[in-house]
Amino acid sequence: MSDLVLDGNAAAGILHAVYGAEMTLAVGTCDSCAIAGPVGAVRLYRSAGLVLRCPHCDAVLMKIVSVGERVWIDSRGLRTLELSSEPAG
Amino acid sequence: MAGAAVLGRLGWRTASIAEVRPETPRVKTIALEVPGWPGHRAGQHVDIRLTAEDGYQAERSYSIAAPEDGERVELTVEEVDDGEVSPYLTAEARAGDELEIRGPVGGYFVWDSDYPGPILLVGGGSGVVPLMAMIRQRGAIPTTLVYSARTLGDVIYRDELERLAGGGLDIVLTLTRTQPQGWAGHSRRVDAELLAAVAPPPDQRPLAFVCGPTPFVEAVALALVDLGHDPGLVKTERFGPTGT
Repeated sequence: MSDLVLDGNAAAGILHAVYGAEMTLAVGTCDSCAIAGPVGAVRLYRSAGLVLRCPHCDAVLMKIVSVGERVWIDSRGLRTLELSSEPAG
Repeated sequence: MAGAAVLGRLGWRTASIAEVRPETPRVKTIALEVPGWPGHRAGQHVDIRLTAEDGYQAERSYSIAAPEDGERVELTVEEVDDGEVSPYLTAEARAGDELEIRGPVGGYFVWDSDYPGPILLVGGGSGVVPLMAMIRQRGAIPTTLVYSARTLGDVIYRDELERLAGGGLDIVLTLTRTQPQGWAGHSRRVDAELLAAVAPPPDQRPLAFVCGPTPFVEAVALALVDLGHDPGLVKTERFGPTGT
């Protein structure tokens, strides 16, 4: 399967399913370049799993692999993830 | 808007196909009936999951094409040559078929009906789909759609767009590959020159939604910022290459 360059919006479903919240407006800070921005705007590459990369320095922010109903998330490339503790309205 | 809040974990629901409508030779609209659908906002999307008889599963994300309408959810899907889900949706899906749906999701690329306007929508190819959901519920908000397609035959929602144009909705079509005889519209790619000519100027602070293949979205977003538009007012959504 060819890799496709998408953006973080394409991970909205899996992230919402895992974290229980709308995540595309969550603000992630790249551990590599320290630039912060919404998850919906990061670059996303899809192959065997999803790889989210920083749109500024291209560092890997998150890797998401799901098999059946199990999901593995590696988020070492994210220094922080900031989101509202209020339910979305 | 009502129903947009989804508390707790988001699971899969079973949907049945209510209707399949051809839009262009490669694009179809699939109307789903989703029992218990909580409602959605224009610009949000859903994940669709198909399960083969041997248990193999494939899922893809699709934009919702129409505003909230009870338990009905419309998707407009372009066939992707090496896709795992779109060939089924565009070639095999029939009314009565069942599939799984998860959503609605997305809060980044969504219509904000409180914004005083104007709204600038820029779509490349099937990137027009989430923009159409916005157009269909825009009310009286002044809106400009700049829509790039390869040929006239590739223009999705052509009849409806012709009907809706006017009354505060400007539609600017550019056909980048071939143009019909006597075509008086645009044929250039969506660049700074075209946007400067047809989009609301930066001092009107239009809220821009740009959707299409990644190179298209990046070129348009850069052009808007170069023209002086506030980067904070330019929302983007990218998908894979479609050759638009």
